[in-house]
Amino acid sequence: MEGTDAEVVFETRGLAKVYDMGEVQVHALRGIDLELYRSELVVLLGASGSGKSTLVNILGGLDTATDGEVFYRDRDLTKASERELTDYRRHYVGFIFQFYNLIPSLTALENVEIVTEIASDPMDPKEALELVKMGDRADHFPSQLSGGEQQRVAIARAIAKRPAVLLCDEPTGALDSETGVIVLEALDRVNRELGTTTVIITHNVVQGDMAERIIRLKDGQITDIRRNEDKKAPRELKW
Amino acid sequence: MKIIDLKMIRDLWNMRGQVIAIGFVIIAGVSVYVSMSSVADTLQGTLKTYYEEYTFADGFASVRRAPESLGDRLRRVEGVNQVETRVAASVNLEIPGFDEPVTGQIVSVPEGDQPRLNRLFIREGRLVESGRGDEVILNEVFAEAHSLTPGDELTAIINGHRRSLTVVGIALSPEFLFQLQPGSLFPDPQRYGVMWMGQRALSAAYDMEGAFNDLSFTLAPGASIDNVTDRMDLLLDPYGGSGSYPREDQASHNLISEELNQLAAMAFLLPMIFLGVAAFLLNIVVSRLIALQREQIAILKAFGYSDWAVAMHYTKLVVIVALAGVVVGTGLGIWMGGAMAEMYLQYYKFPFLNYTLQWPVVLTAFLLTVGASLGGALMSIRRALRLPPAEAMRPEPPPSYRMTLVERLGLQKLLDQPTRIILRNLERQWVKSALTVIGIASSCAILIMGLFWGDAFDYIIQVQYGIAQREDITVTFNEPTSASAVYEISSLPGVQHAEPFRSVPVRLKSGHRSYDTGIEGIPPEPYLRRIINTELQPITIPREGIVLTQNLAGILQVRPGDKITVEVKEGRRYEREVPVVSLAEQYLGLGAYMNLRSANRLVGGGSAISGVFLMIDEQYEDELTQALQDRPRVASIVSQDRAIESFMETSAESMLTMTFVLSLFAGVIALGVVYNSVRISLSERDRELASMRVLGFTRGEIAYILLGEMALLVLLSIPIGLGIGALLSRWSAQSLQTEMYRIPVILGSDTFSLAAAIVLIAAIISALLMRRRLNKLDLTAVLKTRE
Ligand SMILES: Nc1ncnc2c1ncn2[C@@H]1O[C@H](COP(=O)(O)OP(=O)(O)OP(=O)(O)O)[C@@H](O)[C@H]1O
Ligand SMILES: [Mg+2]
Repeated sequence: MEGTDAEVVFETRGLAKVYDMGEVQVHALRGIDLELYRSELVVLLGASGSGKSTLVNILGGLDTATDGEVFYRDRDLTKASERELTDYRRHYVGFIFQFYNLIPSLTALENVEIVTEIASDPMDPKEALELVKMGDRADHFPSQLSGGEQQRVAIARAIAKRPAVLLCDEPTGALDSETGVIVLEALDRVNRELGTTTVIITHNVVQGDMAERIIRLKDGQITDIRRNEDKKAPRELKW
Repeated sequence: MKIIDLKMIRDLWNMRGQVIAIGFVIIAGVSVYVSMSSVADTLQGTLKTYYEEYTFADGFASVRRAPESLGDRLRRVEGVNQVETRVAASVNLEIPGFDEPVTGQIVSVPEGDQPRLNRLFIREGRLVESGRGDEVILNEVFAEAHSLTPGDELTAIINGHRRSLTVVGIALSPEFLFQLQPGSLFPDPQRYGVMWMGQRALSAAYDMEGAFNDLSFTLAPGASIDNVTDRMDLLLDPYGGSGSYPREDQASHNLISEELNQLAAMAFLLPMIFLGVAAFLLNIVVSRLIALQREQIAILKAFGYSDWAVAMHYTKLVVIVALAGVVVGTGLGIWMGGAMAEMYLQYYKFPFLNYTLQWPVVLTAFLLTVGASLGGALMSIRRALRLPPAEAMRPEPPPSYRMTLVERLGLQKLLDQPTRIILRNLERQWVKSALTVIGIASSCAILIMGLFWGDAFDYIIQVQYGIAQREDITVTFNEPTSASAVYEISSLPGVQHAEPFRSVPVRLKSGHRSYDTGIEGIPPEPYLRRIINTELQPITIPREGIVLTQNLAGILQVRPGDKITVEVKEGRRYEREVPVVSLAEQYLGLGAYMNLRSANRLVGGGSAISGVFLMIDEQYEDELTQALQDRPRVASIVSQDRAIESFMETSAESMLTMTFVLSLFAGVIALGVVYNSVRISLSERDRELASMRVLGFTRGEIAYILLGEMALLVLLSIPIGLGIGALLSRWSAQSLQTEMYRIPVILGSDTFSLAAAIVLIAAIISALLMRRRLNKLDLTAVLKTRE
């Protein structure tokens, strides 16, 4: 997987992000050099405010860097226009957020469909729901689903377009551990079956055990990248 | 259907209360615009066709008596196309079953044929036959006022002789859409009517064989009316011509075109206010929607929806609301327009009416509405568009509050906690609060503007007929008569006071400005026909000089102290310089007044009078009119009260409808603004309010926070609305006033109270609706959802 023959999906060089708050400048990222490979599952750890979300948002084209470079394959995301970023997100990226962020006025199925409608090679929205075991709740509105169920719909929504990368910002943050395991299983399955490069942000060190690599951030810098030789299935995780 | 459109429809459904409230405001605006514009277009179009098809003359003139041969000379005047000479006579009428004085004008028509100009539309019966001297055709309004139909009879006193006439037809004429008795301002079809009689019969009865005393003419293509009237006057003067005048100065045409212009002006102004309010409502509703959907917008963008697609999503939503409003409003407008046109058809007595809805009207309604709506929503949509997706994922930072002015002044001890919340909130959202105030105030202003007309007319009538013109009856003679006629008439039964007047037809000139009118010569200290100044105090008519009404002075651009030229158009024509001594306040009509003696000196005759004003004992009215009618020299007897009464009757009815419709629509606006504002406050603050409920505040206290804020805004809006209403009234009075009407801006306290009451009622209804919602506030659900 690693080494010269592994296919590089993301590459960043000296990536920096500064939020200019008038009197103070917040350095959210200070020189990130990182490579992510095809089909790998990476867990991103770090204290609150260390810059995890900022990094993932830039990788996903939701935000732009202040300095440095970031490439998705040979696309230079730092130089991309808003239109190109939209196109990039539309075709290659799937997002999952801590608070699910489903559209409340649409049913589970419609929340998936709203994404497949604009994708180029999506899977059947029902199939995506089946994949996260939500097929029987397709016609429920978000308000009629529990947090874990909503998060699984959010996963179905993220994977239904067959994205090349899946970026998850604290997907289990609002869930109890049992429900969290179900959600992680869904992510793990998508990673294995579809070969989607997956980045999972978490505060939960235990979740690192399901990853191939564990990256630690502190004050906007990478402090440690560790390969996990003993990759566990989500079911084996306990927290 | 695309899922994103499905989302839009569900969003619309979720805010249906607000959408309906906005929809109503749009519907009100569009329907008023479409109905009034289409009616204005319809009436203009109908009038034009009517004038063309029935060859309404371009100009008119009358003379004392001229030989038929003059007609041929007139036809040869450069710029004249056709001339029709005729005999017109002012007569007193007796109608079976109606014992009040009725005067009429009989106009001659060719026997057995239509006149070439001002052709008649025969509604019923037929034209007069040749050789039948007793046949008349009645103008329809007049016939209807007395339920006369062909076959009925009436008596006329023509030239001192009683003649029995038979009605053979009922007709309409473009010349007499309104029958206005010379010198009166309102049509009174019961007491004044127009009728047509065979040329030969009327000439014979009126000693006009081989002669005429009235004519109308059309212009050759491209001819200028001013040049033609000047040339004609040269020919007419030797025969006692009082000056030819263009169609614009013809009484019926003048009145109808003014009414149509007013209609067109109103058709634009009112809807603009409605659409402005609708734009504001859409603004607050859409901006709230977009604030609420921050995260949904972020999600759509994160998953690859472009900024454009997101902007279109909200644009569509707005356009759908606007479109629905336009469609329903246009439908309603067409229906209302049809009904109004029907009403006007009855009122104006057109022979036909083609209700036309011109596409530009619908297109304008559509563009204005969509434009106003998008204009209102544009800022919010742009905010949605610019929202960076990463940013939007983060919850909106808590709004920043600060101490209000009241608190900073150290008065906080006077306020309890909920009241402080209200004040801080108002101060923080001052733009929204200000717009809400403007919205409510505009509904109040619309009401004032609608009600204002009633007040203004009341005041006019009170001033003009209560203070200035106090006569009960005006008697005019066929021609200037010896002053001793006053004493003769004074001795008739029931006459309490008689006052002579002398009217002299003149053209007043100042520089290049001129105006044709009559100078009224009256006693220096008149008791009945008093001239008043702006302080409503009677003024003494000076021995020398002339008093002008304010509007006439305005037309001539002169002030007291200036000199004007008076061209006398009676008898031999000549000019005199006369100083303007003072100005008179007069709302209805305009005029010039002189001392009776100087008026007589002006015409160079002895002391002659044209008529008398009478104050009478009502008990003797019938007897008196009988006595007056029997006098050969009496040309007309006009009863003041009756004229006012009949005017008030017709206008009160339309005023009431107008007031009702306006109140309804203004109520809709107030309701729409208050409901939407409170609804949005609730959605912005449901968490805060629910938290307070959790902390133990009662429903009443919660409602106080939300509705107290609105109550404060409503109370603030009302005086502002009354002020704006007064300004709008002034503006509409100014833009609608004419040479004939000067409209004083007088607003009664009843009007203010009614406007304030309607706004308050609308506010209370929306408060009750909101209170129900507040009571159902689901504490757990509100606190669970993350915002
Ligand atoms: N829009 C913003 N404006 C200003 N500062 C920001 C903004 N977004 C993030 N920051 C700052 O950048 C730093 C990194 O934020 P980031 O959200 O990436 O942290 P994180 O590692 O995801 O934290 P958490 O675990 O709490 O989600 C923080 O100090 C944060 O305050
Ligand atoms: Mg984060």
